Amino acid sequence: MSEQLFEKILIANRGEIACRVIRTARQMGIRTVAVYSDADRGALHVSMADEAVHIGPAPSRDSYLVYERVIDAALKTGAQAIHPGYGFLSENAGFCQACGDNDIVFIGPPVAAIEAMGSKSAAKQIMEAAGVPLVPGYHGDDQDRAILKAAADDMGYPVLLKAVAGGGGKGMRQVWSAAEFDEALDAARREAMNGFGNDDMLVEKYLTQPRHVEIQVFCDSHDNGVYLFERDCSVQRRHQKVIEEAPAPGMTDELRAAMGEAALRAARAIDYQGAGTVEFLLDSDGAFYFMEMNTRLQVEHPVTEMITGQDLVEWQLRVAAGEPLPATQDELTLSGHAFEARIYAEDPDNDFLPVTGTLSFLQPPETSRHVRVDTGVLQGDEVSVYYDPMIAKLIVWDENRDKALQRLTRALREYRISGMTTNLDFLYNLANSAPFRAAELDTGFIEKHHSEIFHDSEAELEQEIPLAALYLVLEQERAAQRARAASGDANSPWFDAGAWRLNEPSVHSFELAIHDNHYPVSVEQTGSADGTRYRISFGGKTIQAQGNLNDSELSANLDGYLVRASVAEHDGSFSLYTQDSALAFSLVAPDIGDADDAAAGGGLTAPMNGTMVTLLVEPGTEVKANDALLVMEAMKMEHTIRAPKAGKVIAFYYQPGDLVDGGAELVEFEVSEQ
Amino acid sequence: MSVIKSKVNVRAPEFAENAAHMQAQVDDLRAKLEAVKQGGGEKSCARHVSRGKLLPRDRVAGLLDPGSPFLELSQLAGYEMYGDDVVNAGGVIAGIGRVQGQECVIVANDATIKGGTYYPITVKKHLRAQTIAEENNLPCIYLVDSGGANLPHQDDIFPDRDHFGHIFYNQAVMSSKGIPQIAVVMGSCTAGGAYIPAMADESIIVKEQGTVFLGGPPLVKAATGEDVTAEELGGGDVHTRISGVADHLARNDHHALQLARQSVGRLNRVKKVALDVTASVPPLYDESEIYGVIPKDTRQPYDVREVIARVVDGSELDEFKALYGTTLVCGFARIHGYPVGIVANNGILFGESAEKGAHFVELCAQRKIPLVFLQNITGFMVGKQYEHGGIAKHGAKMVTAVATAAVPKFTVLIGGSFGAGNYGMCGRAYDPRFLFMWPNARISVMGGEQAAGVLSQIKREQIERKGDSWSAAEEAAFKQPIIDSYEHQGHPYYASARLWDDGVIDPAETRTVLGLAISASLNQAIGETKFGVFRM
Repeated sequence: MSEQLFEKILIANRGEIACRVIRTARQMGIRTVAVYSDADRGALHVSMADEAVHIGPAPSRDSYLVYERVIDAALKTGAQAIHPGYGFLSENAGFCQACGDNDIVFIGPPVAAIEAMGSKSAAKQIMEAAGVPLVPGYHGDDQDRAILKAAADDMGYPVLLKAVAGGGGKGMRQVWSAAEFDEALDAARREAMNGFGNDDMLVEKYLTQPRHVEIQVFCDSHDNGVYLFERDCSVQRRHQKVIEEAPAPGMTDELRAAMGEAALRAARAIDYQGAGTVEFLLDSDGAFYFMEMNTRLQVEHPVTEMITGQDLVEWQLRVAAGEPLPATQDELTLSGHAFEARIYAEDPDNDFLPVTGTLSFLQPPETSRHVRVDTGVLQGDEVSVYYDPMIAKLIVWDENRDKALQRLTRALREYRISGMTTNLDFLYNLANSAPFRAAELDTGFIEKHHSEIFHDSEAELEQEIPLAALYLVLEQERAAQRARAASGDANSPWFDAGAWRLNEPSVHSFELAIHDNHYPVSVEQTGSADGTRYRISFGGKTIQAQGNLNDSELSANLDGYLVRASVAEHDGSFSLYTQDSALAFSLVAPDIGDADDAAAGGGLTAPMNGTMVTLLVEPGTEVKANDALLVMEAMKMEHTIRAPKAGKVIAFYYQPGDLVDGGAELVEFEVSEQ
Repeated sequence: MSVIKSKVNVRAPEFAENAAHMQAQVDDLRAKLEAVKQGGGEKSCARHVSRGKLLPRDRVAGLLDPGSPFLELSQLAGYEMYGDDVVNAGGVIAGIGRVQGQECVIVANDATIKGGTYYPITVKKHLRAQTIAEENNLPCIYLVDSGGANLPHQDDIFPDRDHFGHIFYNQAVMSSKGIPQIAVVMGSCTAGGAYIPAMADESIIVKEQGTVFLGGPPLVKAATGEDVTAEELGGGDVHTRISGVADHLARNDHHALQLARQSVGRLNRVKKVALDVTASVPPLYDESEIYGVIPKDTRQPYDVREVIARVVDGSELDEFKALYGTTLVCGFARIHGYPVGIVANNGILFGESAEKGAHFVELCAQRKIPLVFLQNITGFMVGKQYEHGGIAKHGAKMVTAVATAAVPKFTVLIGGSFGAGNYGMCGRAYDPRFLFMWPNARISVMGGEQAAGVLSQIKREQIERKGDSWSAAEEAAFKQPIIDSYEHQGHPYYASARLWDDGVIDPAETRTVLGLAISASLNQAIGETKFGVFRM
């Protein structure tokens, strides 16, 4: 490294990205300043940085989003530049401006570029002018039927009719051929009129199986610009990326060049500098259309780093310091294949709702040149309601897609997280699913292959239930052996005999809960000279099994078929990983009744940590069962709390804006006499 | 230690025949017990479950530590004892199981059988379970669901020493000795039964299901004219909020069992074993080979070491006086790592064998080593030579030693158990901690043939004194009913039905049963022995 670029930078972010930036800065000999909120006092990024400045209470609107505080922190510590990471202030033109006003370098694009891309409609106009392809569409005021129809005919079917004033799918129609057009238009207009009092329509080309392919671009202040190839981010749920990969499967050199050039045109059109990402929709016919440009470093930038061998944060720092790009287009090569899986604290079985909790156990897979883990949390840390529930990014690389995918599934399997529900099992099943292996990607991937990814078919369970049952029995035996050590009668056969019964078979009976269904299973234990055997019965089937448990690795022989699996346990829930799937299961606990009398406000507690939004009734109001009483916000989702029975609201314990702990009583409620 | 070298040829045809014969007896036992497990039958069980109650066996399973053993006692109690009244398992399930890692005695009424009322055998089984608890210092958990005494049998239930009242006496005495008494009221608990929770150290009651009262609503109505529901009279709410008869209110059976488990978790008891225990080593020979070792023909002798070799750790037995009094095998061995003294019959008892037995029992008592008796005994030797040799006093020495040795004693009837041999070999009357029978065993004062022979001899003398004659055919006709009756009454099912033992066990499970029983017995510290006067 030649001369010093910056002596000290401030990272206006938290979590894994703050840690990621600090790592590169440190390698480059640059000192770092972290900022932190009340919730992050003990966070990893704070301990990694050379200095740290407290910038306010936990909610980000009072800390990480208050740019005056961030600027003050930079001025106080003498940081010459600020890296905004992603999210928070990274695409905030005001903040960028404020940096400049205070003679602090903003490690990112110029204000004008942020502003230009800030408005989606304005951005589209700029792109159209720069010759970047947009999804064909008619957005005109003339709503004459013939004109709309002509526009549709021009762009080619299928097309989408959308109410200009619309939303939520109302007043929207897919039209698959010219013959259907009139009827569809009438229906859409009727719905739009009823729904929004305005039946103006726009017509857009309907992409049936679009992929989300984005181009990483980089520009410097010396008029150089390069693209660092593409990433395929088609696999999404709730418009959030789940697994990203580079290069995009099936990408040709020609298309890559065409998309790369188009992306560079887009960047140049706004005099871009620094790292940027141009997102395209890629149609099955190879046509691609501009969606938007992100004027920051993306979450998924590591996959690009893995296939190019470049450090994009280093590039950002050099470019921000006024250096030319470290490489020219010709010098950039693409090697191998990389995946990134985003590990979240969320419940895939519950519509991916975020969850909170303490990471009571956290053991990432071993890292190597093939496996990289970007994380900002340590065991014992809290995943709180205040910030994004991402725990880590798992990035893998290998020579080709198949090998890289194997690395990914293995690393996912080795990832151990306890203390909260995560999407690890879901990621594992997704990565192992046949369509993903075959790279049949499009943005509807998860919905389309739901049953395959969620493994809820009975046929799958036939393989997995015996494994789960065998694991439970072996684990029980292991627990008995552990108890033995602490006992004053350590050799007692009471530890060895399992569920032995006099003059009866030794049978363990239990009920497994899998995907909201219950499966009774019985495991009969039969001794023999070469080890204990188990006869596992469920759903009318019987399987002969043998097995042993080594740490979390289960080796099983099921009817002569040798299977290996691993099991992770967290708080009474189990994840069973086989070669091709992951299964979450738990034991059905006996019904011990409800602790409270049904009368005493069941369901009137906060479903999770969050904020009180609105109280919907006055104290003293008589309400019917199921009437809405209040709205809470947690993890960016609103939750309505309803009356469990007819009764009277006596008082609310929280006012709008108050933070509420999960499980807290919200309402004093009196059930009316029958 | 010395390893027993088995001389049995497991490929011999006799071995297979023997094994098949024993297998048939074990199969018959299992089939009988399969029926016993049905409790009061399908209809009665369905009605029980429809009330939201768990079946008694499910209650026991729910109380035990998951995946842990249950040493059930006296499964055949009441078998064919009450004519048309089928009182399976004596109407009460009893056994030893682990709760929160502690061995406990569990007694669970089966309300599917005549409302869980106490037949005489129910009382006997309940008392026996309590005796086991008291002798072995095991906490008691009573899962109560019983209508109290079975009124038609009141004369065999109520008045005597070992009748119903002794249950509560035992509770009081055990409690005074620091043996925890926990009652869970999961159904009726009427009249005398009301004292089970009332006498308990801690009691739990299931709301809107458990009731406790001295007199039920019909009796109250008859006595005072007061109209009252069972719940108002003595339901869970009444007893946990008003009367204080129960301590914890459970929401349902599962919850009650959870509370009972929690209660055991608070006992603050630690089991201490003061024996030289080693790791358990399986026998060299498969335990199930016992089936082929035991001759089909009970009169055919076999070497009892072949049985010992399939019960003790590593088939190792250090024999004591191997060359003396050879019809009694005595030796030191281990079962599941616990040191034991084995006393096993290997033929008829002579004076020397009895003396040797007495000496060996003394050794074990001195060293505080538990004793295991394997009974296969037709009796002591008879005849002039032996009486003159003082066989009665030698037998008395053995009986004295066995009766007074303060170590835990375990007896298994592996064959015949006849006459005074039963005494010397720690029969039921000698209070072994546990006594089990194999399905091929027989127990009576003497063998059926011998009894018939003695009686026919007397009869023949009477007839011949009158000058009449008695044909061989007439004599055979006289003997047969006696033989049949001895066979019937000496059968393990008959014996076990009457609680002359603690259960009939599969010979192949002898090692497991003994291991569990020995371990349970060690909850009680082994005391000092003070022997009585030995007749010399």
